[in-house]
Amino acid sequence: MGLLDKKYHDSNIIIVSLESALNWARKSSLWYEQFGLACCAIEMMATAASDYDFDRFGIIPRSSPRQADVMIVAGTVTMKMASRIERLYEQMSEPRYVISMGSCSNSGGPYWEHGYHVLKGVDKVIPVDVYVPGCPPRPEALLEGFLKLQERISNETIIEPRETEQESTEEEKEPIEVE
Amino acid sequence: MAPVTSPQPAAIENRTMTINMGPQHPSTHGVLRLEVTVDGEVVTKVKPDIGYLHRCFEKYAESLGDYAKVVPYTDRIDYVSALHQEMGYVIAVEKLLELEVPERVEYMRVILAELQRIASHLLGIGTFGLDLGAFTPFLYCFIERENILRILEKVSGARLLYNYLCVGGLMRDIPTDFTSDTWEFVTSFRPKIKELNDLLTTNSIFIDRTANIGVLPAEVALNYSASGPMLRGSGVSWDLRKNDPYSIYDRFEFNVPVGQGEMGTVGDCWDRYIVRVREMEESLKIIEQALDQMPGEGDVKEAVPRRIRSKEGEVYVRTETPRGELGYYIISEKSGPYRIKARTPSFVNLSILPAISKGALVADLVAIVGSIDIVLGGVDR
Repeated sequence: MGLLDKKYHDSNIIIVSLESALNWARKSSLWYEQFGLACCAIEMMATAASDYDFDRFGIIPRSSPRQADVMIVAGTVTMKMASRIERLYEQMSEPRYVISMGSCSNSGGPYWEHGYHVLKGVDKVIPVDVYVPGCPPRPEALLEGFLKLQERISNETIIEPRETEQESTEEEKEPIEVE
Repeated sequence: MAPVTSPQPAAIENRTMTINMGPQHPSTHGVLRLEVTVDGEVVTKVKPDIGYLHRCFEKYAESLGDYAKVVPYTDRIDYVSALHQEMGYVIAVEKLLELEVPERVEYMRVILAELQRIASHLLGIGTFGLDLGAFTPFLYCFIERENILRILEKVSGARLLYNYLCVGGLMRDIPTDFTSDTWEFVTSFRPKIKELNDLLTTNSIFIDRTANIGVLPAEVALNYSASGPMLRGSGVSWDLRKNDPYSIYDRFEFNVPVGQGEMGTVGDCWDRYIVRVREMEESLKIIEQALDQMPGEGDVKEAVPRRIRSKEGEVYVRTETPRGELGYYIISEKSGPYRIKARTPSFVNLSILPAISKGALVADLVAIVGSIDIVLGGVDR
Protein backbone atom coordinates (compact mmCIF):
# COMPACT_ATOMS: atom_id res chain seq x y z
CA MET A 1 0.00 0.00 0.00
CA GLY A 2 3.02 2.25 -0.33
CA LEU A 3 1.34 4.24 -3.10
CA LEU A 4 -1.64 5.22 -1.00
CA ASP A 5 0.10 5.82 2.33
CA LYS A 6 -0.43 9.33 3.79
CA LYS A 7 -1.89 10.70 0.56
CA TYR A 8 -5.48 11.03 1.69
CA HIS A 9 -5.50 12.85 5.00
CA ASP A 10 -8.99 14.23 5.01
CA SER A 11 -11.07 11.50 3.47
CA ASN A 12 -10.43 7.92 2.42
CA ILE A 13 -12.95 7.78 -0.38
CA ILE A 14 -11.75 6.77 -3.82
CA ILE A 15 -14.16 6.70 -6.72
CA VAL A 16 -13.62 3.75 -9.02
CA SER A 17 -15.81 1.46 -11.05
CA LEU A 18 -16.83 -1.76 -9.36
CA GLU A 19 -15.41 -3.76 -12.18
CA SER A 20 -11.88 -2.42 -11.97
CA ALA A 21 -11.89 -2.67 -8.18
CA LEU A 22 -12.95 -6.31 -8.38
CA ASN A 23 -10.43 -7.08 -11.10
CA TRP A 24 -7.69 -5.31 -9.18
CA ALA A 25 -8.43 -7.44 -6.15
CA ARG A 26 -8.62 -10.63 -8.18
CA LYS A 27 -5.47 -10.17 -10.14
CA SER A 28 -3.45 -9.33 -7.03
CA SER A 29 -4.14 -12.58 -5.24
CA LEU A 30 -3.78 -15.35 -7.75
CA TRP A 31 -3.58 -18.57 -5.79
CA TYR A 32 -2.23 -21.33 -7.92
CA GLU A 33 -2.66 -25.02 -7.59
CA GLN A 34 0.54 -26.71 -6.52
CA PHE A 35 0.54 -29.36 -9.15
CA GLY A 36 3.75 -30.47 -10.79
CA LEU A 37 3.85 -33.01 -13.55
CA ALA A 38 7.42 -33.21 -14.77
CA CYS A 39 10.59 -31.19 -15.32
CA CYS A 40 8.73 -27.86 -15.39
CA ALA A 41 7.56 -28.48 -11.84
CA ILE A 42 11.15 -28.08 -10.66
CA GLU A 43 11.31 -24.68 -12.34
CA MET A 44 7.92 -23.82 -10.85
CA MET A 45 9.35 -24.64 -7.43
CA ALA A 46 12.37 -22.49 -8.19
CA THR A 47 10.04 -19.63 -9.10
CA ALA A 48 8.22 -20.00 -5.80
CA ALA A 49 11.46 -20.21 -3.80
CA SER A 50 13.87 -17.57 -2.57
CA ASP A 51 15.45 -16.10 -5.68
CA TYR A 52 12.38 -15.40 -7.79
CA ASP A 53 9.79 -15.23 -5.03
CA PHE A 54 6.23 -15.57 -6.31
CA ASP A 55 4.85 -14.19 -3.06
CA ARG A 56 5.60 -10.58 -3.95
CA PHE A 57 2.86 -10.78 -6.62
CA GLY A 58 0.41 -12.35 -4.20
CA ILE A 59 0.82 -15.69 -5.91
CA ILE A 60 0.59 -18.40 -3.29
CA PRO A 61 0.58 -22.19 -3.75
CA ARG A 62 -2.48 -24.11 -2.61
CA SER A 63 -2.63 -27.87 -2.34
CA SER A 64 -6.30 -28.26 -3.18
CA PRO A 65 -7.94 -27.33 -6.49
CA ARG A 66 -10.99 -26.09 -4.59
CA GLN A 67 -8.98 -23.24 -3.10
CA ALA A 68 -7.12 -22.29 -6.26
CA ASP A 69 -7.78 -19.60 -8.87
CA VAL A 70 -5.24 -20.69 -11.43
CA MET A 71 -3.87 -24.02 -12.46
CA ILE A 72 -0.33 -24.26 -13.77
CA VAL A 73 -0.01 -27.32 -15.96
CA ALA A 74 3.71 -27.79 -15.47
CA GLY A 75 5.01 -30.65 -17.53
CA THR A 76 4.21 -33.47 -19.91
CA VAL A 77 0.55 -34.45 -19.95
CA THR A 78 0.25 -38.14 -20.65
CA MET A 79 -2.88 -40.00 -21.76
CA LYS A 80 -3.21 -41.54 -18.33
CA MET A 81 -2.99 -38.13 -16.66
CA ALA A 82 -5.29 -36.26 -19.08
CA SER A 83 -8.58 -37.40 -17.54
CA ARG A 84 -7.26 -36.58 -14.06
CA ILE A 85 -6.35 -33.06 -15.15
CA GLU A 86 -9.82 -32.60 -16.57
CA ARG A 87 -11.32 -33.64 -13.26
CA LEU A 88 -9.01 -31.35 -11.29
CA TYR A 89 -10.03 -28.47 -13.53
CA GLU A 90 -13.69 -29.22 -12.91
CA GLN A 91 -13.07 -29.15 -9.17
CA MET A 92 -11.77 -25.60 -9.31
CA SER A 93 -14.31 -22.89 -8.61
CA GLU A 94 -15.10 -20.05 -11.02
CA PRO A 95 -13.46 -17.78 -12.11
CA ARG A 96 -10.64 -20.15 -12.98
CA TYR A 97 -7.64 -19.80 -15.22
CA VAL A 98 -5.10 -22.15 -16.72
CA ILE A 99 -1.45 -21.47 -17.49
CA SER A 100 0.16 -24.04 -19.73
CA MET A 101 3.84 -24.12 -18.80
CA GLY A 102 6.42 -25.53 -21.15
CA SER A 103 6.48 -27.02 -24.62
CA CYS A 104 5.12 -30.39 -23.51
CA SER A 105 1.83 -29.07 -22.25
CA ASN A 106 1.65 -26.47 -25.03
CA SER A 107 1.94 -28.93 -27.89
CA GLY A 108 3.66 -32.14 -26.86
CA GLY A 109 7.07 -30.50 -27.26
CA PRO A 110 9.95 -32.93 -27.71
CA TYR A 111 7.48 -35.81 -27.41
CA TRP A 112 5.43 -34.64 -30.35
CA GLU A 113 6.65 -37.10 -32.96
CA HIS A 114 6.94 -40.56 -31.42
CA GLY A 115 5.33 -39.98 -28.04
CA TYR A 116 2.56 -42.57 -28.23
CA HIS A 117 1.56 -41.93 -24.63
CA VAL A 118 1.83 -38.12 -24.62
CA LEU A 119 -1.12 -35.78 -25.10
CA LYS A 120 -0.25 -33.24 -27.80
CA GLY A 121 -1.18 -30.16 -25.86
CA VAL A 122 -3.24 -29.78 -22.71
CA ASP A 123 -5.67 -27.51 -24.57
CA LYS A 124 -7.26 -30.66 -25.97
CA VAL A 125 -8.81 -31.34 -22.59
CA ILE A 126 -9.08 -27.97 -20.80
CA PRO A 127 -9.19 -24.34 -22.03
CA VAL A 128 -5.88 -22.54 -21.66
CA ASP A 129 -5.46 -18.81 -20.96
CA VAL A 130 -1.71 -18.31 -21.18
CA TYR A 131 0.92 -20.42 -22.93
CA VAL A 132 4.48 -20.15 -21.59
CA PRO A 133 7.06 -21.44 -24.08
CA GLY A 134 10.35 -23.11 -23.19
CA CYS A 135 11.69 -26.51 -22.29
CA PRO A 136 11.61 -25.86 -19.41
CA PRO A 137 10.72 -22.13 -19.28
CA ARG A 138 12.96 -20.00 -17.11
CA PRO A 139 11.39 -18.68 -13.89
CA GLU A 140 11.32 -15.23 -15.48
CA ALA A 141 9.22 -16.64 -18.30
CA LEU A 142 6.69 -18.08 -15.88
CA LEU A 143 6.53 -14.73 -14.08
CA GLU A 144 5.91 -13.08 -17.45
CA GLY A 145 3.10 -15.55 -18.01
CA PHE A 146 1.54 -14.50 -14.74
CA LEU A 147 1.84 -10.83 -15.66
CA LYS A 148 0.05 -11.57 -18.93
CA LEU A 149 -2.68 -13.35 -17.00
CA GLN A 150 -3.02 -10.31 -14.73
CA GLU A 151 -3.40 -8.11 -17.80
CA ARG A 152 -6.10 -10.41 -19.07
CA ILE A 153 -7.94 -10.36 -15.77
CA SER A 154 -7.84 -6.57 -15.50
CA ASN A 155 -9.56 -6.29 -18.91
CA GLU A 156 -12.41 -8.58 -17.95
CA THR A 157 -15.99 -7.50 -17.43
CA ILE A 158 -18.21 -8.93 -14.77
CA ILE A 159 -21.39 -8.58 -16.80
CA GLU A 160 -20.58 -10.85 -19.70
CA PRO A 161 -19.40 -14.40 -19.22
CA ARG A 162 -15.75 -15.12 -19.77
CA GLU A 163 -14.44 -15.75 -23.22
CA THR A 164 -13.11 -19.24 -22.64
CA GLU A 165 -16.27 -20.36 -20.92
CA GLN A 166 -18.32 -19.24 -23.92
CA GLU A 167 -16.10 -21.18 -26.25
CA SER A 168 -16.27 -24.31 -24.23
CA THR A 169 -20.05 -24.22 -24.07
CA GLU A 170 -20.56 -23.40 -27.73
CA GLU A 171 -18.53 -26.09 -29.34
CA GLU A 172 -18.60 -29.55 -27.97
CA LYS A 173 -15.33 -30.86 -26.77
CA GLU A 174 -13.92 -33.83 -28.58
CA PRO A 175 -13.60 -36.76 -26.25
CA ILE A 176 -10.06 -37.88 -25.67
CA GLU A 177 -9.51 -41.57 -25.72
CA VAL A 178 -7.75 -42.42 -22.54
CA GLU A 179 -6.56 -45.92 -21.99
CA MET B 1 -42.44 -49.99 34.74
CA ALA B 2 -39.65 -51.40 32.71
CA PRO B 3 -36.20 -50.75 34.12
CA VAL B 4 -34.25 -48.05 32.33
CA THR B 5 -31.31 -49.57 30.53
CA SER B 6 -28.51 -47.64 29.00
CA PRO B 7 -28.30 -48.21 25.24
CA GLN B 8 -25.77 -50.85 24.36
CA PRO B 9 -22.89 -49.49 22.28
CA ALA B 10 -22.83 -50.96 18.82
CA ALA B 11 -20.10 -53.49 18.34
CA ILE B 12 -17.00 -51.82 16.97
CA GLU B 13 -16.63 -52.95 13.44
CA ASN B 14 -13.16 -53.79 12.31
CA ARG B 15 -12.73 -53.03 8.69
CA THR B 16 -10.13 -51.54 6.46
CA MET B 17 -10.54 -48.63 4.11
CA THR B 18 -8.78 -47.87 0.86
CA ILE B 19 -7.73 -44.29 0.21
CA ASN B 20 -5.93 -42.71 -2.69
CA MET B 21 -2.84 -40.58 -2.29
CA GLY B 22 -2.22 -38.76 -5.52
CA PRO B 23 -1.77 -38.38 -8.44
CA GLN B 24 -2.35 -34.78 -7.38
CA HIS B 25 -0.87 -34.63 -3.93
CA PRO B 26 1.67 -32.08 -2.68
CA SER B 27 4.04 -34.65 -1.21
CA THR B 28 4.21 -37.42 -3.77
CA HIS B 29 6.98 -35.55 -5.61
CA GLY B 30 5.19 -35.64 -8.92
CA VAL B 31 2.45 -37.78 -10.34
CA LEU B 32 2.59 -40.89 -8.21
CA ARG B 33 -0.59 -42.54 -7.03
CA LEU B 34 -0.52 -44.66 -3.91
CA GLU B 35 -3.38 -46.97 -3.17
CA VAL B 36 -3.27 -47.06 0.61
CA THR B 37 -5.26 -49.55 2.67
CA VAL B 38 -5.67 -48.28 6.19
CA ASP B 39 -6.94 -49.83 9.38
CA GLY B 40 -7.86 -46.78 11.40
CA GLU B 41 -4.76 -44.69 10.98
CA VAL B 42 -2.36 -47.56 10.50
CA VAL B 43 -1.27 -48.38 6.99
CA THR B 44 -1.69 -52.07 6.24
CA LYS B 45 -0.93 -52.09 2.55
CA VAL B 46 0.49 -49.69 -0.02
CA LYS B 47 0.33 -50.22 -3.74
CA PRO B 48 2.10 -47.66 -5.93
CA ASP B 49 0.35 -46.97 -9.22
CA ILE B 50 2.80 -45.62 -11.76
CA GLY B 51 2.72 -44.69 -15.43
CA TYR B 52 1.42 -41.13 -15.17
CA LEU B 53 4.64 -39.81 -16.69
CA HIS B 54 5.57 -42.48 -19.20
CA ARG B 55 7.25 -40.50 -21.95
CA CYS B 56 8.31 -43.26 -24.30
CA PHE B 57 12.09 -43.04 -23.88
CA GLU B 58 12.79 -46.43 -25.46
CA LYS B 59 10.58 -45.65 -28.43
CA TYR B 60 12.50 -42.45 -29.00
CA ALA B 61 15.85 -44.20 -28.68
CA GLU B 62 14.97 -46.68 -31.40
CA SER B 63 13.12 -44.19 -33.65
CA LEU B 64 15.69 -41.40 -33.79
CA GLY B 65 18.30 -43.68 -35.30
CA ASP B 66 21.29 -41.67 -34.13
CA TYR B 67 23.21 -41.83 -30.86
CA ALA B 68 23.72 -38.06 -30.67
CA LYS B 69 20.01 -37.30 -30.90
CA VAL B 70 19.16 -39.41 -27.85
CA VAL B 71 21.13 -37.22 -25.41
CA PRO B 72 18.35 -34.63 -24.82
CA TYR B 73 15.91 -37.44 -24.06
CA THR B 74 18.23 -38.95 -21.46
CA ASP B 75 18.17 -35.55 -19.75
CA ARG B 76 14.47 -35.89 -19.25
CA ILE B 77 14.60 -39.34 -17.65
CA ASP B 78 15.60 -37.93 -14.30
CA TYR B 79 15.33 -34.20 -14.66
CA VAL B 80 16.73 -33.34 -11.24
CA SER B 81 20.09 -34.92 -12.05
CA ALA B 82 20.15 -34.45 -15.80
CA LEU B 83 23.94 -34.39 -16.13
CA HIS B 84 24.26 -37.80 -14.49
CA GLN B 85 21.83 -39.28 -16.97
CA GLU B 86 23.80 -37.79 -19.85
CA MET B 87 27.08 -38.97 -18.38
CA GLY B 88 25.95 -42.57 -18.04
CA TYR B 89 24.64 -42.63 -21.58
CA VAL B 90 27.65 -40.93 -23.09
CA ILE B 91 30.07 -43.28 -21.31
CA ALA B 92 28.07 -46.27 -22.55
CA VAL B 93 28.20 -45.10 -26.17
CA GLU B 94 31.91 -44.31 -25.86
CA LYS B 95 32.50 -47.81 -24.54
CA LEU B 96 30.59 -49.22 -27.49
CA LEU B 97 32.51 -47.18 -30.04
CA GLU B 98 35.84 -47.55 -28.16
CA LEU B 99 36.43 -43.81 -28.02
CA GLU B 100 39.16 -42.24 -25.88
CA VAL B 101 38.14 -39.01 -24.18
CA PRO B 102 40.64 -36.18 -23.41
CA GLU B 103 41.70 -35.66 -19.79
CA ARG B 104 40.22 -32.18 -19.59
CA VAL B 105 36.82 -33.46 -20.62
CA GLU B 106 36.90 -36.22 -18.01
CA TYR B 107 37.71 -33.74 -15.24
CA MET B 108 35.06 -31.35 -16.45
CA ARG B 109 32.45 -34.10 -16.47
CA VAL B 110 33.33 -35.11 -12.92
CA ILE B 111 33.16 -31.54 -11.63
CA LEU B 112 29.82 -30.92 -13.31
CA ALA B 113 28.43 -34.24 -12.09
CA GLU B 114 29.40 -33.48 -8.50
CA LEU B 115 27.93 -29.98 -8.71
CA GLN B 116 24.75 -31.55 -10.01
CA ARG B 117 24.80 -34.07 -7.17
CA ILE B 118 24.87 -31.26 -4.62
CA ALA B 119 22.06 -29.44 -6.45
CA SER B 120 19.98 -32.61 -6.55
CA HIS B 121 20.52 -33.41 -2.87
CA LEU B 122 19.63 -29.82 -1.96
CA LEU B 123 16.31 -30.24 -3.74
CA GLY B 124 15.77 -33.63 -2.13
CA ILE B 125 16.49 -32.34 1.35
CA GLY B 126 14.48 -29.15 0.83
CA THR B 127 11.37 -30.96 -0.33
CA PHE B 128 11.79 -33.61 2.36
CA GLY B 129 11.66 -30.83 4.95
CA LEU B 130 8.69 -29.33 3.13
CA ASP B 131 6.82 -32.64 3.34
CA LEU B 132 7.28 -32.68 7.09
CA GLY B 133 6.11 -29.10 7.50
CA ALA B 134 9.45 -27.29 7.64
CA PHE B 135 9.21 -24.51 5.08
CA THR B 136 12.35 -22.49 5.89
CA PRO B 137 15.01 -25.11 4.99
CA PHE B 138 13.41 -25.33 1.53
CA LEU B 139 14.10 -21.65 0.93
CA TYR B 140 17.66 -21.92 2.24
CA CYS B 141 18.34 -24.96 0.05
CA PHE B 142 17.08 -23.13 -3.01
CA ILE B 143 19.39 -20.16 -2.48
CA GLU B 144 22.36 -22.53 -2.72
CA ARG B 145 20.79 -24.49 -5.56
CA GLU B 146 20.43 -21.30 -7.58
CA ASN B 147 24.14 -20.60 -7.10
CA ILE B 148 24.96 -23.98 -8.65
CA LEU B 149 22.45 -23.51 -11.45
CA ARG B 150 24.08 -20.19 -12.26
CA ILE B 151 27.42 -21.93 -12.79
CA LEU B 152 25.84 -24.69 -14.86
CA GLU B 153 23.95 -22.14 -16.91
CA LYS B 154 27.12 -20.25 -17.69
CA VAL B 155 28.69 -23.48 -18.88
CA SER B 156 25.86 -25.03 -20.84
CA GLY B 157 23.28 -22.31 -21.46
CA ALA B 158 20.44 -24.05 -19.66
CA ARG B 159 19.25 -24.17 -16.09
CA LEU B 160 17.76 -27.62 -15.77
CA LEU B 161 18.12 -29.78 -18.87
CA TYR B 162 21.58 -29.18 -20.21
CA ASN B 163 22.27 -31.30 -23.30
CA TYR B 164 25.91 -30.40 -22.67
CA LEU B 165 27.79 -33.70 -22.78
CA CYS B 166 28.15 -35.31 -26.16
CA VAL B 167 29.69 -38.55 -27.33
CA GLY B 168 33.44 -38.01 -27.15
CA GLY B 169 33.50 -34.66 -25.41
CA LEU B 170 31.51 -31.58 -24.54
CA MET B 171 29.15 -29.49 -26.63
CA ARG B 172 31.11 -26.26 -26.31
CA ASP B 173 34.24 -24.98 -24.67
CA ILE B 174 34.47 -24.26 -20.96
CA PRO B 175 34.04 -20.55 -20.05
CA THR B 176 37.22 -18.92 -18.78
CA ASP B 177 35.87 -18.00 -15.37
CA PHE B 178 34.43 -21.45 -14.65
CA THR B 179 37.25 -22.41 -12.28
CA SER B 180 37.06 -19.21 -10.25
CA ASP B 181 33.26 -19.40 -10.06
CA THR B 182 33.37 -22.98 -8.84
CA TRP B 183 36.05 -22.20 -6.22
CA GLU B 184 33.94 -19.34 -5.00
CA PHE B 185 30.92 -21.61 -4.67
CA VAL B 186 32.87 -24.36 -2.89
CA THR B 187 34.26 -21.98 -0.29
CA SER B 188 30.92 -20.30 0.30
CA PHE B 189 28.94 -23.55 0.49
CA ARG B 190 30.90 -25.29 3.29
CA PRO B 191 29.57 -23.06 6.11
CA LYS B 192 26.06 -23.34 4.65
CA ILE B 193 25.98 -27.08 5.37
CA LYS B 194 26.39 -26.25 9.05
CA GLU B 195 23.53 -23.77 8.75
CA LEU B 196 21.36 -26.49 7.22
CA ASN B 197 22.31 -28.87 10.04
CA ASP B 198 21.23 -26.30 12.61
CA LEU B 199 17.95 -25.75 10.80
CA LEU B 200 16.89 -29.30 10.10
CA THR B 201 19.25 -32.10 11.09
CA THR B 202 19.25 -31.46 14.81
CA ASN B 203 15.75 -30.06 15.00
CA SER B 204 13.89 -32.14 17.57
CA ILE B 205 10.57 -32.06 15.67
CA PHE B 206 12.33 -33.27 12.56
CA ILE B 207 14.04 -36.07 14.52
CA ASP B 208 10.71 -37.11 16.04
CA ARG B 209 9.17 -37.34 12.60
CA THR B 210 12.01 -39.28 10.97
CA ALA B 211 13.91 -41.38 13.54
CA ASN B 212 12.71 -45.01 13.78
CA ILE B 213 10.29 -44.39 10.91
CA GLY B 214 10.34 -46.53 7.76
CA VAL B 215 13.20 -48.74 8.89
CA LEU B 216 14.81 -50.56 5.98
CA PRO B 217 17.09 -53.39 7.15
CA ALA B 218 20.23 -53.95 5.11
CA GLU B 219 19.13 -57.44 4.10
CA VAL B 220 15.81 -56.22 2.67
CA ALA B 221 17.56 -53.38 0.85
CA LEU B 222 19.95 -55.81 -0.80
CA ASN B 223 17.15 -58.21 -1.70
CA TYR B 224 15.27 -55.44 -3.48
CA SER B 225 18.54 -54.33 -5.13
CA ALA B 226 18.24 -50.83 -3.73
CA SER B 227 21.06 -48.40 -4.38
CA GLY B 228 22.25 -44.93 -3.58
CA PRO B 229 21.39 -43.21 -0.28
CA MET B 230 18.58 -45.72 0.16
CA LEU B 231 21.09 -48.57 0.46
CA ARG B 232 23.81 -46.59 2.20
CA GLY B 233 21.30 -45.34 4.76
CA SER B 234 20.87 -48.98 5.80
CA GLY B 235 24.56 -49.23 6.63
CA VAL B 236 25.82 -50.91 3.46
CA SER B 237 28.85 -49.16 2.07
CA TRP B 238 28.27 -49.43 -1.67
CA ASP B 239 29.13 -46.60 -4.00
CA LEU B 240 30.02 -47.24 -7.61
CA ARG B 241 32.43 -44.33 -7.56
CA LYS B 242 34.41 -46.34 -4.99
CA ASN B 243 33.53 -49.97 -5.69
CA ASP B 244 33.54 -49.95 -9.49
CA PRO B 245 35.08 -46.63 -10.52
CA TYR B 246 34.07 -45.26 -13.89
CA SER B 247 35.44 -42.18 -15.64
CA ILE B 248 38.32 -40.94 -13.41
CA TYR B 249 36.76 -41.41 -9.99
CA ASP B 250 39.61 -43.70 -8.87
CA ARG B 251 41.92 -40.65 -8.67
CA PHE B 252 40.05 -38.89 -5.88
CA GLU B 253 40.06 -39.30 -2.12
CA PHE B 254 36.62 -39.34 -0.54
CA ASN B 255 34.59 -41.30 1.99
CA VAL B 256 31.34 -43.14 1.53
CA PRO B 257 28.96 -42.01 4.30
CA VAL B 258 26.66 -44.72 5.64
CA GLY B 259 23.77 -44.67 8.08
CA GLN B 260 24.75 -45.55 11.65
CA GLY B 261 21.47 -45.21 13.46
CA GLU B 262 22.58 -42.16 15.42
CA MET B 263 19.06 -41.00 16.22
CA GLY B 264 17.25 -44.35 16.14
CA THR B 265 17.56 -47.56 14.19
CA VAL B 266 19.95 -48.11 11.31
CA GLY B 267 18.09 -47.57 8.05
CA ASP B 268 15.38 -45.17 9.21
CA CYS B 269 14.34 -41.99 7.40
CA TRP B 270 16.78 -39.86 9.37
CA ASP B 271 19.69 -42.05 8.29
CA ARG B 272 18.75 -41.74 4.64
CA TYR B 273 18.52 -37.99 5.09
CA ILE B 274 21.89 -37.62 6.82
CA VAL B 275 23.62 -39.71 4.16
CA ARG B 276 22.56 -37.08 1.61
CA VAL B 277 23.84 -34.23 3.75
CA ARG B 278 27.20 -35.93 4.25
CA GLU B 279 27.46 -36.82 0.58
CA MET B 280 27.35 -33.13 -0.26
CA GLU B 281 30.51 -32.62 1.81
CA GLU B 282 32.21 -35.51 0.02
CA SER B 283 31.20 -34.03 -3.34
CA LEU B 284 32.85 -30.77 -2.33
CA LYS B 285 36.07 -32.71 -1.62
CA ILE B 286 35.95 -34.30 -5.08
CA ILE B 287 35.32 -30.94 -6.76
CA GLU B 288 38.28 -29.37 -4.97
CA GLN B 289 40.66 -32.17 -5.98
CA ALA B 290 39.38 -32.17 -9.56
CA LEU B 291 39.80 -28.40 -9.88
CA ASP B 292 43.39 -28.74 -8.65
CA GLN B 293 44.25 -31.53 -11.06
CA MET B 294 42.35 -30.34 -14.14
CA PRO B 295 44.63 -29.54 -17.09
CA GLY B 296 44.24 -25.88 -18.07
CA GLU B 297 44.55 -26.29 -21.81
CA GLY B 298 43.04 -28.67 -24.30
CA ASP B 299 40.36 -28.96 -26.93
CA VAL B 300 37.14 -30.38 -25.48
CA LYS B 301 35.93 -31.43 -28.93
CA GLU B 302 39.11 -33.24 -29.91
CA ALA B 303 37.63 -36.75 -29.74
CA VAL B 304 34.12 -35.86 -30.91
CA PRO B 305 33.43 -37.84 -34.09
CA ARG B 306 32.09 -35.87 -37.02
CA ARG B 307 29.54 -38.55 -37.65
CA ILE B 308 28.93 -41.43 -35.28
CA ARG B 309 29.52 -44.68 -37.12
CA SER B 310 27.49 -47.25 -35.27
CA LYS B 311 28.58 -50.84 -34.99
CA GLU B 312 27.04 -54.05 -33.83
CA GLY B 313 27.37 -54.99 -30.22
CA GLU B 314 25.94 -54.86 -26.73
CA VAL B 315 27.13 -52.78 -23.84
CA TYR B 316 26.07 -52.18 -20.26
CA VAL B 317 27.41 -49.30 -18.20
CA ARG B 318 26.39 -48.34 -14.69
CA THR B 319 27.04 -45.07 -12.95
CA GLU B 320 26.24 -43.57 -9.57
CA THR B 321 23.58 -40.87 -9.68
CA PRO B 322 22.31 -38.97 -6.62
CA ARG B 323 19.50 -41.52 -6.38
CA GLY B 324 21.56 -44.63 -6.92
CA GLU B 325 22.73 -46.92 -9.63
CA LEU B 326 21.81 -45.93 -13.17
CA GLY B 327 22.50 -48.49 -15.87
CA TYR B 328 22.27 -48.16 -19.62
CA TYR B 329 21.99 -51.32 -21.67
CA ILE B 330 22.50 -50.63 -25.35
CA ILE B 331 21.97 -53.12 -28.14
CA SER B 332 23.46 -51.65 -31.26
CA GLU B 333 23.09 -52.39 -34.94
CA LYS B 334 25.01 -51.17 -37.96
CA SER B 335 22.37 -48.53 -38.64
CA GLY B 336 22.11 -47.18 -35.08
CA PRO B 337 20.68 -48.10 -31.70
CA TYR B 338 18.33 -51.08 -31.71
CA ARG B 339 17.29 -50.73 -28.12
CA ILE B 340 18.40 -48.57 -25.19
CA LYS B 341 17.16 -49.65 -21.81
CA ALA B 342 17.68 -47.42 -18.82
CA ARG B 343 17.74 -49.07 -15.40
CA THR B 344 16.76 -46.19 -13.19
CA PRO B 345 17.29 -46.14 -9.41
CA SER B 346 14.00 -44.33 -8.73
CA PHE B 347 11.96 -47.25 -10.05
CA VAL B 348 13.85 -49.85 -8.05
CA ASN B 349 13.84 -47.78 -4.86
CA LEU B 350 10.12 -47.13 -5.15
CA SER B 351 9.46 -50.89 -5.23
CA ILE B 352 10.61 -51.09 -1.59
CA LEU B 353 7.89 -48.71 -0.41
CA PRO B 354 5.23 -51.42 0.21
CA ALA B 355 7.73 -53.42 2.28
CA ILE B 356 8.80 -50.63 4.61
CA SER B 357 5.56 -48.73 5.06
CA LYS B 358 3.56 -51.60 6.52
CA GLY B 359 2.44 -50.68 10.02
CA ALA B 360 3.34 -46.99 9.66
CA LEU B 361 0.87 -44.18 10.30
CA VAL B 362 -0.54 -42.24 7.35
CA ALA B 363 1.47 -39.17 8.34
CA ASP B 364 4.63 -41.27 8.43
CA LEU B 365 3.96 -42.51 4.92
CA VAL B 366 4.63 -38.96 3.74
CA ALA B 367 7.97 -39.02 5.53
CA ILE B 368 8.87 -42.38 4.01
CA VAL B 369 8.01 -41.31 0.45
CA GLY B 370 10.01 -38.12 0.97
CA SER B 371 13.04 -40.01 2.25
CA ILE B 372 13.15 -42.27 -0.80
CA ASP B 373 13.58 -39.13 -2.93
CA ILE B 374 12.07 -40.49 -6.11
CA VAL B 375 11.77 -38.62 -9.37
CA LEU B 376 8.75 -39.77 -11.31
CA GLY B 377 10.45 -39.19 -14.64
CA GLY B 378 12.91 -41.85 -13.56
CA VAL B 379 10.19 -44.20 -12.43
CA ASP B 380 8.12 -44.12 -15.61
CA ARG B 381 10.75 -43.06 -18.16
